[in-house]
Amino acid sequence: MEQKKNILSVKNLSVSFKMYDKGLEQKDLKVISNLNISVQEGEILAIAGSSGSGKSLLASAILGILPNNASVDGIMTYCGMELTEELQKKLRGKEIALVPQSVAYLDPLMHVGSQVVGVRGTLEKMRTAFKRYELSKEVETMYPFQLSGGMARRILLSTAVIGDARLIVADEPTPGLSKEMAKDAMGHLRTLADEGRGIILITHDIDLAFEYADRVAVFYAGTTVETAPVEDFRNGPESLRHPYSKALWEALPQNGFKPIPGTQPYAGSLPEGCLFWPRCPVRTEACMKGEIPSRSLRGGEVCCIHAT
Amino acid sequence: MLLEAKNITFSYTKKKTILDNVSLGIEKGERVALVGPSGCGKSTLSQILAGYMKPDKGEVYFDGKLLPEKGYCPVQLIYQHPEKAINPRWKLGRTLTEAWEPDQELLDDMGIEKEWLTRYPIELSGGEMQRFCIARAMGPDTKFVIADEMTTMLDVITQAQIWELLLHIVDKRNLGMLVVTHNPLLAERICTRVIEFDKM
Ligand SMILES: Nc1ncnc2c1ncn2[C@@H]1O[C@H](COP(=O)(O)OP(=O)(O)O)[C@@H](O)[C@H]1O
Ligand code: SF4
Ligand SMILES: [Mg+2]
Repeated sequence: MEQKKNILSVKNLSVSFKMYDKGLEQKDLKVISNLNISVQEGEILAIAGSSGSGKSLLASAILGILPNNASVDGIMTYCGMELTEELQKKLRGKEIALVPQSVAYLDPLMHVGSQVVGVRGTLEKMRTAFKRYELSKEVETMYPFQLSGGMARRILLSTAVIGDARLIVADEPTPGLSKEMAKDAMGHLRTLADEGRGIILITHDIDLAFEYADRVAVFYAGTTVETAPVEDFRNGPESLRHPYSKALWEALPQNGFKPIPGTQPYAGSLPEGCLFWPRCPVRTEACMKGEIPSRSLRGGEVCCIHAT
Repeated sequence: MLLEAKNITFSYTKKKTILDNVSLGIEKGERVALVGPSGCGKSTLSQILAGYMKPDKGEVYFDGKLLPEKGYCPVQLIYQHPEKAINPRWKLGRTLTEAWEPDQELLDDMGIEKEWLTRYPIELSGGEMQRFCIARAMGPDTKFVIADEMTTMLDVITQAQIWELLLHIVDKRNLGMLVVTHNPLLAERICTRVIEFDKM
């Protein structure tokens, strides 16, 4: 295989929040632990997983925009350099761009054209981006509330491409879009990747991600349980490694619509051992204690002692 | 006809009419999906059908009678963002009993654990919160449920769980249902008929 350059790698990331319980008592709530991902140039890494498993927090950690009461541990590397706070500040909105979850990120009182130009872009670059996304000239002077869902989505993409981003983090770019529009947005991301960028695509529309991504990372309770080539997800449970990834696949309406019981544990009360054992259909005694290390398996990574 | 909207016209501003003479009828025993492009007015129509807003023109009938203007509405709406439908400063037990007092059977049906009742909303996941929103909407006088993108923000396992729970109650109590969704596969899975917004 051709050696592609790593754009981002995140190793053993953990994120904790300082919480103040009823005034005086302070406790640390660890919401992300042992999280590992990487993205190469030209690649879309899709991140699937439980609601509240830390996907948006990972996005914030990469951009360096976590709230003040959060503390981060672990190593993040961007194009071979350690991604320090200073570097994040320097690259944010330029080389590293966020396609935010909603138009709520746009200033409601400002024309969208000037917002896309922002502080770093130029009028010319904005027009190029608008042309690329088939946004007509009138759109430049519209306010966010005047945009349809699909237009808003393309505006948000424009803000990401205008700064020559090499790494784009798209946080849930498709909910609320019709199937055609969602496919359109995915197609745009695919093109941006094919031009050499690295894309992190956070999404619940996993069947759509299976069509457009190169690899998929599955999150559960703040950690990566499996990372695998997208073909394995297209193939289904026999090709997947972790019981939770299989359960995700089987819960899709087109694949049986069968949910496993139970809910993801709350960050304050995680179980001993494997974080998934309380819901795992194939757990044994050995799963309920100690650290479950991540290991390579069949061209992917998995965090499960019984995976084959 | 169980739920019927007759010639509904509605606009938020003078400039643009969102709903222009829209009519829709749902028979008893039907489960109808409403699909259409984003921003076309599905949520607006849902709110009118549940009596949250009054149309500029037209009427909504439930079981042959106009939707009541006061008191409990037999048509209940569950929407996409549970966190916006719940008071963040109340423990969930209080939120749950705000409108009526759900019995243990319903809590069991919804998979709501006792311990969650003493938590604040930020201590629950979106899926857990959505269970509260559903339970709250399932008062004894509820006869019809509108689910507007109810599970869009949730992971697929939680989506399947929530639908399993809701469909179980809908069957048990023989409720009518309208499902607003962008997912044609979901619509196909749970509904008996699909209406395209543009063709109404
Ligand atoms: N409170 C509001 N004030 C003004 N316009 C609104 C408001 N709420 C929604 N709209 C507009 O109404 C249209 C329909 O919205 P909505 O009913 O939410 O559509 P859908 O559910 O199909 O996405 C959209 O163009 C939206 O911008
Ligand atoms: S380690 Fe055990 S409990 Fe965890 S996923 Fe694997 S089999 Fe299931
Ligand atoms: Mg809507």
